[in-house]
Amino acid sequence: MRGVIERIGLRALEAVSELGRMGVFVGGFVRAGVLPRYRVRRFMDELFDVGVLSLAIICLSGLTVGAVLALQGYYNLARFGAEGSLGAVVGLVLVRELGPVLTALLVTGRAASAMAAQIATMVTTEQLDGLRMMSVDPLDFVISPKALAMAVAMPLLNALFIVFAIFGGYVVGVSYLGLDAGQYWTSLEGAIVFAQDIAGSVLKSVVFGILIAIIATYRGYTAEPTAAGVSAATTGTVVTGSVAVLVFDYAITALWGV
Amino acid sequence: MEDRAGVVDEFRIAVDGVYLSRAGRPVFQGLSCGFVQGQITVILGESGVGKSTLLRLIGGLTRPDSGAVRVAGEDVARLRHADLYRLRDRIGMLFQYGALLDSMTVAENVALPLREHTDRSEADVSAEVDRRLAAVGLSDVGSLYPRELSGGMTRRVALARALVTDPEIVLCDEPFSGLDPLNVRRIEKLLVGLNRELGLTMLVASHHLASSMRMAHRIVFLTDGRAVTAAPEDLARSGEPAIVEFLDAERGAEGPADRSGA
Repeated sequence: MRGVIERIGLRALEAVSELGRMGVFVGGFVRAGVLPRYRVRRFMDELFDVGVLSLAIICLSGLTVGAVLALQGYYNLARFGAEGSLGAVVGLVLVRELGPVLTALLVTGRAASAMAAQIATMVTTEQLDGLRMMSVDPLDFVISPKALAMAVAMPLLNALFIVFAIFGGYVVGVSYLGLDAGQYWTSLEGAIVFAQDIAGSVLKSVVFGILIAIIATYRGYTAEPTAAGVSAATTGTVVTGSVAVLVFDYAITALWGV
Repeated sequence: MEDRAGVVDEFRIAVDGVYLSRAGRPVFQGLSCGFVQGQITVILGESGVGKSTLLRLIGGLTRPDSGAVRVAGEDVARLRHADLYRLRDRIGMLFQYGALLDSMTVAENVALPLREHTDRSEADVSAEVDRRLAAVGLSDVGSLYPRELSGGMTRRVALARALVTDPEIVLCDEPFSGLDPLNVRRIEKLLVGLNRELGLTMLVASHHLASSMRMAHRIVFLTDGRAVTAAPEDLARSGEPAIVEFLDAERGAEGPADRSGA
């Protein structure tokens, strides 16, 4: 019994220590990002990696999700004679929930895992130590631009995902199932309240962007300098990032009702 | 021959009573040694004895559990972040596999310290990079990425980067590891030439005995967490069992292989 309590205590202490280290790490790269010098070119390069290179997967996934939502929504709404509300259902579900969450999960799988692997490889090949020996702070030179790019790209990708998903829903609902186009757009416009739904969607995607940026950069930065360390950082980013997105999604919805 | 227990002022770099453990295993147990200004000191010892760790201690990349590591009079282990970075402006480090940033070209890698720490114009930086690459015999690789270079070329580019800000102290971690004899001689000549021309204080961690004997003014032999310092010509006469065993093994490796199984 005593051994069990000791193990629980040890785990709790380790968790608190890890949170403390993460806090120091986040403080370090936020401070580096806020203070001059501003690394605009490196930020733009990272924004390209996270944002532009994720466009294909975001657009294709958005189209597919919107199409599936329209199919499912149409047949279920038709049971109640409410197929005219398809635009509202597709729009609300996407803007409030599926857009931010699925975008975050897709970006975690594509860009955040790559980010963690890249940073972990830099640890393994002593590139970060090389920067330190040149009196260049890796938090400033490497981590800060990557984290900022992730936080900025996420709401933009979320918006794109939603636009493509609504278009996918339109194609299936109007062109395939024969719903009136005007009815689709009117119900969509009528259901979505900017201050509540759009702002909530932006809030969620910004929070998810920051969350994933912290997890990916921290996992990479603290990776063991071995091949197994790179692998663990990558896997850890995807698992922790995905779970964190879902937990925070519930928390934000429960706290602010968005 | 000297088996140092203390440290005197002649040393540009002094390690004094350093204890360090890694994963519960002691690496250094009261390590003391010194490195004279303007000389090439080779740190010898078998793999895993702590040669690279000693360089990392001197560069402030690793902090000792106790003891002092003084570089130019400042205790690296006690310095604040900003002061440590200021001190590192005077130190260049050549890492074992170069540690070039793989997302940048060779020229961008060499230019990085200049762009970060000086206000020189782009034309000036570019000219300096060309000059530094020419000095290591690699004038035509500026536009290549590190992945397109051989091991020897990577090491030479890394040396150009380490020297581009004219440091007083150069730390070289296994500069000959994995290289063919021609590249070993090439890098050895570069290091010796730089020491002669610029009077740089050089610390070279290596287990390459032949090049160490040729280039070193002094040798620091690490064994069992402590250091034995000697001139290269005195090393064999040290009587230290670990050194005798190391030298015998190296001589055996240079001789014909015994295939009898005896």
